[in-house]
Amino acid sequence: MRLFLLRLFFVVALPALLVALWWLASDGSTNVYWPPLRTILRTFPDVWTSERLRSDLVPSVLRLLAGYAAAAVVGVALGTVIGSYRRVRAVCEPVLEFLRAVPPPVLVPVIMLFAGIGDTMKIAVIASGCVWPILLNTVEGVRAVDSVMAETARSYGITGVARLRSVVLRAASPQIFAGLRQALSIGIILMVISEMFAASNGLGFTIVQFQRSFAIPDMWTGILVLGLLGFLLSVVFQLVERRVLGWYHGLRAVSRRSP
Amino acid sequence: MHASLVVSGLNKVYEGSGRRVEAVRDLTFTVEAGELVCLVGPSGCGKTTLLKCMGGLLTPTAGEVRLNDRPVSGPPPGMAFVFQEYGRSLFPWMRVRENVELPLKQKPLSKARRRELVMDALESVGLTDAAGAYPWQLSGGMQQRVAIARALAYEPAVLLMDEPFAAVDAQTRADLEDLVRGLWRERGITILFVTHDIDEAVYLGERVLILSASPTVVQEQLKVDLPDERDQLHTRVAPRFAELRTHVYEQIQAAKRGGTDAGPPEKTLT
Repeated sequence: MRLFLLRLFFVVALPALLVALWWLASDGSTNVYWPPLRTILRTFPDVWTSERLRSDLVPSVLRLLAGYAAAAVVGVALGTVIGSYRRVRAVCEPVLEFLRAVPPPVLVPVIMLFAGIGDTMKIAVIASGCVWPILLNTVEGVRAVDSVMAETARSYGITGVARLRSVVLRAASPQIFAGLRQALSIGIILMVISEMFAASNGLGFTIVQFQRSFAIPDMWTGILVLGLLGFLLSVVFQLVERRVLGWYHGLRAVSRRSP
Repeated sequence: MHASLVVSGLNKVYEGSGRRVEAVRDLTFTVEAGELVCLVGPSGCGKTTLLKCMGGLLTPTAGEVRLNDRPVSGPPPGMAFVFQEYGRSLFPWMRVRENVELPLKQKPLSKARRRELVMDALESVGLTDAAGAYPWQLSGGMQQRVAIARALAYEPAVLLMDEPFAAVDAQTRADLEDLVRGLWRERGITILFVTHDIDEAVYLGERVLILSASPTVVQEQLKVDLPDERDQLHTRVAPRFAELRTHVYEQIQAAKRGGTDAGPPEKTLT
């Protein structure tokens, strides 16, 4: 119990300190663009009613999840193919490096031309940005499957789907998760950016809307909501990762103890 | 079942980046059904290459391997492999039970039968209690036992073992040697056991094949005329054991010097 409280303290200490600092620093502020935290927090419940959560937060999260899921499926599938064949890799690698280097926000106007200004465009923008870290990490992970493991699988006639499911993807899973983690933060950024162009709802849209109508404390509450959303998603991600990669963390802990 | 392995004229050349390495020059020998044969040779003499060719993991440059009169062109279903690097051969994301079961899923077996084979194999190697553990939670010796259990559950006619005990400590090694001999006598599997340890080869084998230094040929085939009943304590101090190991040792020294002048193959010591 004491240990638990101590750990809780360590988790909460720094955020509490930062909030306190913000509170104190902004307390006497008369700057319109820099309202006291007290005002922002007082505005929060008025702005983020359940109706607004439904009309702005839910659509944003759904778009994010759709884009992220599409990127995960495409990234892992393509990455597995590219990682498995040396020739395919040699052909694809330069192209991939180029495509990865293009900043995804710059694609928004282009994607708008093809996909219009609806949800499809936003999902396409999110997916097109998220797919690269997932794809490249999957390529690396699949390529680096241990040779002895691969030979073991071959000698026992483990081929095709069974090999992919039980050996290759599992062996690559630590790398794939590293890619998924990077993609998550990219996804949140692109979710907001895509909603700043030609949108009629969503978090990004709302925040810009508040800013343009000089509802500054409301704008700040939107930023807080975004932060909280990002935090929550990363907690969920960690829970999933700990479950799927439990073996990997255990293995690492063992090999650290006895080098 | 007659699971004889015939290796004839086997040659393997690695080519790449301007270098041409002849790992195995010309190997011809036979392993009879139900035999336990040990392969020894100086380090770097292509033992692993040979074993991989026999297991269908590598394609020989020339010559062929026949299992029960059928040429081996890929990993044959009746063959199981135990690798030296147990830590890299077991899948760390699977528990011991799942590791042993995975190869069986490729066979047309009922779930109940699979479970039976898994538990039976784990019992044979004395690891029933570890079925739910992850391999990396076990000691090196136990991990290699899991790998052996996986091979047993597969019900192979031929078991190929590539220096399986090179990475475990001496006491564990002795236990594992007795385990392999016990399993061999119990189950009648044909075993080809590659090692660089002369004592191990003589202690385990019914026959010892001594390979020359690379490029590899068979230097000598030696029948081990020790009693079937062997144990670490008495067999290893028997005068006959000492004679045999001295002979193998001399042969390997000769092989290292590059001489194949040690007389005709298949000679029996007198």
